[in-house]
Amino acid sequence: MAVLLIAEVNGGTLSVDSTAKALTAAKQIGEVTVLCVGSGCTDAAQAAAKLEGVSKVLCAQSDAYGHDLAEPIADLIVSLSSNYTHIVAPSTSASKNILPRVAALLDVMIISEVTAVIDADTFERPIYAGNAIQTVKSSDQIKVATIRTSTFEASNEAGMAEVASIDACADPGLSEWVEDKVAASDRPELTSAGIVVSGGRGVGSEDDFKIIEGLADKLGAAVGASRAAVDSGYAPNDWQVGQTGKVVAPDLYVAVGISGAIQHLAGMKDSKVIVAINKDEEAPIFQVADFGLVADLFDAVPKLTDQIA
Amino acid sequence: MKVLVPVKRVIDYNVKVRVKADGSGVDLANVKMSMNPFDEIAVEQAIRLKEAGQADEVIAVSIGVKQNQETLRTALAMGADRAILVVATEDVHTDIEPLAVAKILKAVIDEEKPGIVLAGKQAIDNDMNATGQMLAALTGWSQATFVSELSVEGNSAVVTREVDGGLQTIKVTMPTIVTVDLRLNEPRYASLPNIMKAKKKPLDEKSAEDLGVDVTPRLKIESTGEPEARLAGIKVGSVEELVEKLKEVGAV
Ligand SMILES: Cc1cc2nc3c(=O)[nH]c(=O)nc-3n(C[C@H](O)[C@H](O)[C@H](O)COP(=O)(O)OP(=O)(O)OC[C@H]3O[C@@H](n4cnc5c(N)ncnc54)[C@H](O)[C@@H]3O)c2cc1C
Ligand SMILES: Nc1ncnc2c1ncn2[C@@H]1O[C@H](COP(=O)(O)O)[C@@H](O)[C@H]1O
Repeated sequence: MAVLLIAEVNGGTLSVDSTAKALTAAKQIGEVTVLCVGSGCTDAAQAAAKLEGVSKVLCAQSDAYGHDLAEPIADLIVSLSSNYTHIVAPSTSASKNILPRVAALLDVMIISEVTAVIDADTFERPIYAGNAIQTVKSSDQIKVATIRTSTFEASNEAGMAEVASIDACADPGLSEWVEDKVAASDRPELTSAGIVVSGGRGVGSEDDFKIIEGLADKLGAAVGASRAAVDSGYAPNDWQVGQTGKVVAPDLYVAVGISGAIQHLAGMKDSKVIVAINKDEEAPIFQVADFGLVADLFDAVPKLTDQIA
Repeated sequence: MKVLVPVKRVIDYNVKVRVKADGSGVDLANVKMSMNPFDEIAVEQAIRLKEAGQADEVIAVSIGVKQNQETLRTALAMGADRAILVVATEDVHTDIEPLAVAKILKAVIDEEKPGIVLAGKQAIDNDMNATGQMLAALTGWSQATFVSELSVEGNSAVVTREVDGGLQTIKVTMPTIVTVDLRLNEPRYASLPNIMKAKKKPLDEKSAEDLGVDVTPRLKIESTGEPEARLAGIKVGSVEELVEKLKEVGAV
């Protein structure tokens, strides 16, 4: 089996965590070649070459690849596809945009959000917001899949694979990048953080979200949010955890003022330890919480922030 | 310009799904079915394009079982002008895969020639997040996924996309395939008079064979199981006790 793993590259830098986790799944299938794509990606390619178990790294650079636009990158991946039995990527917003397009161009199905590799043709994936786990066997010539990183351990950095530059494909010119609105933050990245503190509608305002952020900073945690908190403008969209947001599985997840709708649980119920702080003792979040505290968050969270060393 | 809106009939998002004991799938008999929530947002956006004078006709399409008529009537009651039902299976438990759905939609596009397709980002049953991207591949059109803002400006559309790092704005060439995200708009409710009117709006019915599409699945579902349940936790009485417990398990 020959696997092409599309690395997650942001602004020329390899996203080591998500790529290394998807690599672990890819290695269970076969020999792995990593593809780095970007407007400049030599640094990312060097970083990918260090990941344990990578046999080769391909580096495709072009201005057309700088902003994760699906059409040119899908064409590039399709042009390489004949050498591989599998094309996989960590399940990020970029790969969810690009890989289904690749699959359809190859006339194969996409296998989204793989959580376990059974064999080279057979995979597990959650459906219905994680309320059921499906085992599917693909009959396609080439398997195209996105890997849910929260369920795989990251591969180590121990290797030194060969890096080869490859040519870019012609840009179909169907779309162009205008602008990114990305808030810089010193906090850990949500999907790779060891601790996540999330706030919900109960927090009540954007201002009061500072209470959540204060606890997060004390813990060295990333900040998450429920959909209701994002919809209400308390938190930015990229903090949303859930079925249709980010999926996280940190060592510690603290849910504050979040009721625990199934769509939210879908994004965090694989966390190792779950803490819930909610003033409603009937809130469904308590059914998944290891430690539940029935309390007013405006009282409990500042206290908790103080008491953590 | 015509707008095409694919709408999927799915288990209502408020219903707790149950996995069948024999592992053959999720029980869909006698459960409440609704329009996929993302597709309501897409229908709403299509109607707004029409209200703004940027579209002349909104066509809703659904693929699956005969009962999808209900979903299409909902779209018509919200304000779509007409509907197309493509029957591709007789069994409510058979989910038509995104690749086959995209091929059927491609065939509908060849007939209807819309200027824009507004699909949902994700069906909340199979959680594939794929159909719009696949349709864009099959048509060779541009794609704008996970869209939270949309403005159509002549031969192009400017969209803001919800991505992992925040927001990205791109400009796509028309015709285009858009998949809508949660914050694009708030869908309207259908009023009673509009529900009545919707009964008289045209609803065409075809089959997948009529359109020449083979819907045989590429992914064979071997089994469907329950996720591992979490062990029951405890309630703590105070912040102090919480901190103590967290220290005990080494979480802080
Ligand atoms: C298609 C679709 C996709 C969705 N995707 C997602 C998703 O990805 N992620 C997601 O999170 N949701 C998602 N949702 C929404 C989900 O169904 C819920 O509506 C949402 O998670 C509720 O957010 P919440 O818990 O913050 O708000 P609520 O349900 O309103 O809960 C607020 C909680 O705060 C508590 N509270 C209030 N004041 C205080 C206080 N002072 N102290 C302590 N507790 C307090 C209340 O007791 C309550 O339990 C989706 C829904 C749909 C239809
Ligand atoms: N059977 C279907 N009928 C109509 N539209 C569909 C169907 N399946 C998927 N779609 C559309 O594609 C979107 C994404 O679905 P999916 O790729 O399955 O997650 C949905 O929100 C719908 O707009």
